[in-house]
Amino acid sequence: MAEIRLAQLAHSYQDNPSAAEDYALRRMEHVWEQGGAYALLGPSGCGKSTLLNIMSGLLAPSEGEVLFDGKVVNALSPQQRNIAQVFQFPVVYDTMTVFDNLAFPLRNQGKPKATVEARVREVAAALEIEPLLTRKARNLTADEKQKVSMGRGLVRDDVAAILFDEPLTVIDPQLKWRLRRKLKEIHQRFNVTMVYVTHDQLEAATFADKIAVMYGGQIVQFGTPRELFEMPRHTFVGYFIGSPGMNLLDLEIVAGRAHCHGNELALPEAWHARLAAQENARLQLGIRPEFVELVPADSATLTGRIDLIQDQGSFKIVDVALTADPSQLIKVRVDEYKSLGEETVGLHLPEAWMRFYANDLLLEMSDEAV
Amino acid sequence: MKPYNNKAWWLVLPVFVLVAFSAIIPMMTVVNYSVQDIFDPSTRYFVGTEWYREILSDPRLHDSLVRQFIYSFCVLAIEIPLGIIVALSMPRRGLGVPVSLILLALPLLVPWNVVGTIWQIIGREDIGLYGSLLNGLGVDYNYASSPRDAWITVLIMDVWHWTSLVALLCYSGLRSIPDVYYQAARIDRASSWAVFRYIQLPKLKNVLLIAVMLRFMDSFMIYTEPFVLTGGGPGTATTFLSQTLTQMALGQFDLGRAAAFSLIYFLIILLVTWVFYTAMTHNDDKG
Repeated sequence: MAEIRLAQLAHSYQDNPSAAEDYALRRMEHVWEQGGAYALLGPSGCGKSTLLNIMSGLLAPSEGEVLFDGKVVNALSPQQRNIAQVFQFPVVYDTMTVFDNLAFPLRNQGKPKATVEARVREVAAALEIEPLLTRKARNLTADEKQKVSMGRGLVRDDVAAILFDEPLTVIDPQLKWRLRRKLKEIHQRFNVTMVYVTHDQLEAATFADKIAVMYGGQIVQFGTPRELFEMPRHTFVGYFIGSPGMNLLDLEIVAGRAHCHGNELALPEAWHARLAAQENARLQLGIRPEFVELVPADSATLTGRIDLIQDQGSFKIVDVALTADPSQLIKVRVDEYKSLGEETVGLHLPEAWMRFYANDLLLEMSDEAV
Repeated sequence: MKPYNNKAWWLVLPVFVLVAFSAIIPMMTVVNYSVQDIFDPSTRYFVGTEWYREILSDPRLHDSLVRQFIYSFCVLAIEIPLGIIVALSMPRRGLGVPVSLILLALPLLVPWNVVGTIWQIIGREDIGLYGSLLNGLGVDYNYASSPRDAWITVLIMDVWHWTSLVALLCYSGLRSIPDVYYQAARIDRASSWAVFRYIQLPKLKNVLLIAVMLRFMDSFMIYTEPFVLTGGGPGTATTFLSQTLTQMALGQFDLGRAAAFSLIYFLIILLVTWVFYTAMTHNDDKG
């Protein structure tokens, strides 16, 4: 059980990294608190697995330190760190039975027989693999094998943390959902720090209390699923979280006031001033499809033509091409029963849900200034 | 019903012809010889199982067979573990990989009789590199007069010649183990022995099966090396089955007896190989 701190951590697979692109992980500062259930979310190749392997000790970071409860563990092997890791594809010891597989990490620690027996039974019960215990691991199906792999990660109760590297990739969707629930239960029961790597936001949100979103070798935001949804700190988070992701519209400053495709935005003066001050940066307006409202065309300044309607079952996603610039599409989520009569519609963007980004980073306004 | 014809048999025919000429016809000829006593092409008598009965009770062959089994056992007992150790200590990446692969492949390229000649010279106690060295060190070594030394020399020759094959097979087997297995073992705090026992050895099983069978069959048929070294001597100390057979068939031109012997020889190899195969694979479907 431990708090894991990453201090000034960076990693490059090259010998002499110079440019920022040479780094798989860019310099970061981060803390995983003891007992938390965390997800590490990001697209393929963003450095998630690299970060995980550095925490477990399979990979030595080229810069910075990893601290477990304040102690630097850079030089320690995974064995010495006492950490558990579950890999993307099942790893089982073919010649052993399922029982022996689960008992393996405990026996390597020299635990007494009774403890081994009790822990193995407990974990097997939690993962619903009790009937398999006497079977040879070689003859299991892929998802049974993955359960055994996960079991080996869960069986030690004294580990600093359990790291999961996209563990449910090979599992079919139904079982996936059940296993995620199981993991959550196990987390609550054993109060052990868990970090769960995934590229699936749904998986991240159902498992974790807090999600770290990674992009280009950096953690761009660390927050609850709700924070990621309502207040993305980076345009990538806005775009990556939510389905579909956030609408992003380019802004231009005309005579000190913020305009979007030729229309001045209805904003308090303080915001106009704040945006105008960032005139040289790339300014963007972000708003989630859930918060855009469709209104009659004659009552809105921003208008567009309905380009495509995707029926998602309980709701529809409407693509609206702006009149001012038909190449700019705005996605709007509307209720299933709402009829969409006219082709040309007006768009209302509520001020409370507008987010502003300068060079992809969220612009914030302290409460007094508004 | 689908229309069908038997034209596909024509496609199988070449294989039948090939197998017939390469295996079945020669073997049936041997079977034919083994039940007859042949004096000349026109004077032959059917003798039934007489040759077989004689062979099975021939003490010269018994000795040779026992010697052969001891020899093959020694070859396997040395080459298989040694090959595994060599494979485990070979580099996994870098320049060392091609270098060690080439070095290991070299002995495999040397013909049998050359290997025999090399060791015959190296082992000579008067001028041989290691023969004279041993004697200079006070070790009484002479393969021409001591059966023990002749045995050791023939064994060393085989180990020198063929351990590479086992090592290369094992190396390819080790290379096919994904890194994630080693990572998982580190996470599970496995000792290096446990890594070998539970990850490497199970994954090596298939290549080891091939290595054991190849080395058994080959060593069980050894002929050239002892023949070149001492001609099977001193005495009959290194006279193995194939040499006994050759003496019988070509030296004495005792065709019927040699044919019966060949067939028994063949059946022994088949049987032992089958036993190895079954023993090493019978666990696969259990569990």
